[in-house]
Amino acid sequence: MLKCAAWLGWEMESNWTEPGLFLIYSIIKPVAGAFILVLMSFVALAVGTGNANLGDSALFAYLFIGNAFFIYVANVLFGCFQVIQSDREWYQTIRYVYMAPINYYVYIVGRAASKVLIATMATAVTIAFGVFALRIHLEMPLWQIPVFIVVMFVGLLCVVAIGLCLAGVSFLTAKHVHGLAEGIPGLFYLFCGVIFPLSVLPGWGQSVGRALPITYWLEAVRRLMLPQSQLAGINTGLEGTDLAGIIGLLAVSTAFFFLLSILLFQWTEHLARKAGVIDMMTNY
Amino acid sequence: MLGRAYPRVVGGNREPSWIFFETILPLLSIAAYVFIYKAFLTDPSRAATVNALVGYVVIGGTMTAFWLNVLWSMAAQLYWEKEVGNLQLYMMAPMSRMALLGGMAVGGMFMTSTRAIVTLVVGVYVFGIVLSVGNPLLILAVFFVTLIALYGMGMMFASLYLLYGREAWNLSALMEEPIFLLSGFYFPVGALGRMVALGASVIPATLGLDALRQLMFSVGGAGAKFYIFSPEVELGILLVSAVVFLFLARGALAYLENLAKKEGRLTTRHQ
Repeated sequence: MLKCAAWLGWEMESNWTEPGLFLIYSIIKPVAGAFILVLMSFVALAVGTGNANLGDSALFAYLFIGNAFFIYVANVLFGCFQVIQSDREWYQTIRYVYMAPINYYVYIVGRAASKVLIATMATAVTIAFGVFALRIHLEMPLWQIPVFIVVMFVGLLCVVAIGLCLAGVSFLTAKHVHGLAEGIPGLFYLFCGVIFPLSVLPGWGQSVGRALPITYWLEAVRRLMLPQSQLAGINTGLEGTDLAGIIGLLAVSTAFFFLLSILLFQWTEHLARKAGVIDMMTNY
Repeated sequence: MLGRAYPRVVGGNREPSWIFFETILPLLSIAAYVFIYKAFLTDPSRAATVNALVGYVVIGGTMTAFWLNVLWSMAAQLYWEKEVGNLQLYMMAPMSRMALLGGMAVGGMFMTSTRAIVTLVVGVYVFGIVLSVGNPLLILAVFFVTLIALYGMGMMFASLYLLYGREAWNLSALMEEPIFLLSGFYFPVGALGRMVALGASVIPATLGLDALRQLMFSVGGAGAKFYIFSPEVELGILLVSAVVFLFLARGALAYLENLAKKEGRLTTRHQ
């Protein structure tokens, strides 16, 4: 079931063009996003310190890695919560898929899987560019690789769970996919310390950030990939918690969101069925 | 033209949630970019520099509303109309097709301006940006000529997008971040290097933003060494761009109509 939904998602994502062009398309957007940060950092360093060598800047490495892994968040969240609305409003196939003897929750996870694949390619290209062109120094001892895999798995599970919460809400909303697609990742982008340390935010903003699991996911990824000597010079706002603590917080918040996604999805699905709006058309 | 502009002017404010999505949510990404500069430039003696750079981000972030409107509500519009079955009605109606595109542009400008102004005012207030406005008339001239050139480009794309069929959605998506990068929406465009910046000047937002930043912040400020031309020269180039894009839009529309008559599949959906 999951495999079929993932295959369907991939076909729907990529069937409009040649594979090569699709690959370029999938990569060029996030890489351009990363370049914006490169140029902003370059300008800040050039006018601020006179030394615009990005490879020397620990802060730049910190934000570059955060931004590279945020590609997953933007893609997977959109991949989850656009499913219902695109099937309902655009393809108008939701009534057939919904009536099929499948678990609709699992179907959405499968559809989002293609986005995970695309995000993986884009993240890999972005990081490779950072390492080879911008001379960002990464450091991951062998023993940390299994930890990194676990952190990636738990982090992605968390992002999918948040996406499923939003997908559930979209059962009941008019076609606001673009607003949600921009707004929800925008919240995470701002409050999770993706492109700047959490400590730069005002106190209340830091509190919001500490309540969001993506903050811990990105922090764990950075601690596993960047040299400790570089991180030591940055006031991340999470120095008081060691790596095990960060991973623990990530695991607990992921479990919370996973449970919430099941409950919220069932509840909103129930409300949508009761109101008869599973296959409603917004018509504006 | 007024008939096509009307639904955008009225309809744009009919769904209150859209106003929230299109004014408050863009501020989130603007805020994130603002904090990058604040993270790099912590020295209090750099306050003027930070002010200018934060101002650049807010102005660029405001301009994204217009660029996104050009992409999704101008360039992709005729494609959407085809998909929902309205295009044949437009084509049969006894009116100029340029007036149709013009109406879309005028309505789009109005609708987006309401959101952009809110974003700009809130952005300036929240981040405490100090503007240094010396020539307000020139600012207005640059702003409106930039909009005309941008929407002229959108009118041209509207016809071309129809030829790309299902790729239209992806084409618009592809012209978001890469154009934000090339046009320097969040940093002075000269940082890309003079040759790249000159090439990017084909997109009206590039020169428009560069001129507005020079006119709203002191020229000796943060990005002085990254500016391309003087605002007056940039206004001249934008004027030429506006005229050229309107002519190109007319040409693209004529080409499309001709092709439609020859092939007879202009309104065929899902291809």
